[in-house]
Amino acid sequence: MSANSELGTTQSTVTQHHWRPRISSRNRASKGFSLVFMGATLSAVLLLVLLFGVLLVRGWDWLTLDLILNQYSRHPEESGFQAAIFGSIWLVAGAGVMSFVMGVGTAIFLEEYAPRGGVTDFLQTNISNLSGVPSVVYGLLGLALFVEMLSLGRVLLAGALTMGLLILPIVIIASQEAIRNVPLGLRQAAYSVGATRWQVVWHHVLPAAIPGILTGTILAVSRAIGETAPLIVVGASAVVFTNPSGFFDHYTAMPMQIYQWTKQPQSEFKDLAAAAIIVLMVVLLTMNGIAIYLRQKLGKDRW
Amino acid sequence: MAAERVSMPGGNGRAPIDLSGKRNTGERVIGVVLFLFAAFSVLVTLGIVLVLLFEAITFFRVVPVTDFLFGNEWSALFMEKQWGVLPLVRGTLMTTFIAMVLAVPLGLMSAIYLSEYAKPSARSVLKPALELLAGVPTIVYGYFALTFISPELLKPLFGSEIQVLNGLAAGIAMGIMILPLMASLSEDAIRSVPGSLREAAYALGATKFETSTRVVVPAAVSGIIAAFILSMSRAIGETMIVALASGARPVAGWSPLDGMQTMTGYIVAVFTGDVVYGSIEFQSLFAVGLLLFLMTLSMNVLSQWVARRFRKEYQ
Repeated sequence: MSANSELGTTQSTVTQHHWRPRISSRNRASKGFSLVFMGATLSAVLLLVLLFGVLLVRGWDWLTLDLILNQYSRHPEESGFQAAIFGSIWLVAGAGVMSFVMGVGTAIFLEEYAPRGGVTDFLQTNISNLSGVPSVVYGLLGLALFVEMLSLGRVLLAGALTMGLLILPIVIIASQEAIRNVPLGLRQAAYSVGATRWQVVWHHVLPAAIPGILTGTILAVSRAIGETAPLIVVGASAVVFTNPSGFFDHYTAMPMQIYQWTKQPQSEFKDLAAAAIIVLMVVLLTMNGIAIYLRQKLGKDRW
Repeated sequence: MAAERVSMPGGNGRAPIDLSGKRNTGERVIGVVLFLFAAFSVLVTLGIVLVLLFEAITFFRVVPVTDFLFGNEWSALFMEKQWGVLPLVRGTLMTTFIAMVLAVPLGLMSAIYLSEYAKPSARSVLKPALELLAGVPTIVYGYFALTFISPELLKPLFGSEIQVLNGLAAGIAMGIMILPLMASLSEDAIRSVPGSLREAAYALGATKFETSTRVVVPAAVSGIIAAFILSMSRAIGETMIVALASGARPVAGWSPLDGMQTMTGYIVAVFTGDVVYGSIEFQSLFAVGLLLFLMTLSMNVLSQWVARRFRKEYQ
């Protein structure tokens, strides 16, 4: 900025009449627009503050231990959503394990095994297209495949598998990036002492890439916690009174319960939904915090 | 592969080194297993396409494709059923349009600010805030649209002209939702413009604003267009905001102040009631899902093509 204005004054002394007004108006435009750009960015932040503010004001009084200890009730003042919390934990555990195994396997294949070219490019394009498929379409896939064709019915397993498919591309892409960041020298050193390809991957590449892989998986799983649409489609129940006892049990999840409460006409239930959203956001922020911690603690300046 | 056993005479009492390649059977199995993992992702795509096609084709046996695509009345849940998808498409396009009107200018300006103007200290606060906004589940935006934007922001503005459930509130919430995506994708594109271009512009006496808008942004335009298309595709596929806030009535009008149903909204609305497996309503979900899938897929492919085709290589 200062360099420009200096330039402006130098020039204006040379050809005063012609240049001065234009330079200063251009500089003024530049200054003005820097404020406009900053305003745009700040408005995004303000929206975030407004969003959290509204949630806190509405939900604060309803944020009691009852909310996480009690089960669903028709009376908002005694209602909680413990079954939904446990449902979410089960869902995320199933989806996380499935997408971790499949995703890391795929990433290893693409980065360490696959020859460059045709087939690999096809797989890569396919994965990036999968990551853009709307979540509700994954719901339709899960409904037709798991609920109806495999006749699992509207059980936790069907929801967990659907969520696993939904976050699989995210895990693959994050794992690929982590594996790609492992320096080539590490692999070459291992190969040069006679390690096989799998030994190189298992003993050297994976341990070095694991912080990045875990970070990506945690972020993917936190996406799964907030997803609602696929669960509605594969038949998570809106109202459940008991915690799920296994993968073949009926279930609900935190966002399902929030959806159900938000739709109620009574404002008490809407405030209860705000409290439940706060719980959900705290869970998500915690997971994001863990992911960032892992990335910085385990992954910083190692090479 | 002829496995020839080569024995190295080991003078140290160890077994001779086996170079037959036999110990590589395990290696080969692992390679195959990893390939199967990778191939699974293709199966997922195939599964989506087949499932959608299969049910949609059954649907199109009853309802002709042309009636579906060009019909202007959708009344799936009444006695007299009409299967013209245009009202749902219109709802989707209108909410998406509102979202883009909000998100594109704000997102692009935020991207320019973060990349070109912000000091590192400001950036280190603003960037995580945007990431946080991106991590908020869409159901939360839906709650925000239904219980805050519609009754407390729009109602005082428009009075009795606006319905409780309306496309405008859903579109605004959707715009807030895709703003961080638009901002971070455009910022990536803008940041990858090499510094020498900026320096050249400054050397010619351009101001910061001129450099940003006439040199840097045009140089990053392929990435910005790709960001635009991806954000739009995300808005089209967004479900929970419209399911909560935009209403459940497929309409033929163009007013954003009225309730409207989108394609995704219809899918959720059907499941909120009871849907019988194999019924025409059930199949119609897959026809709508197929259309939604094709729309988002073609936009994603287009954005990849734009990013690749118009990328300028700077060395």
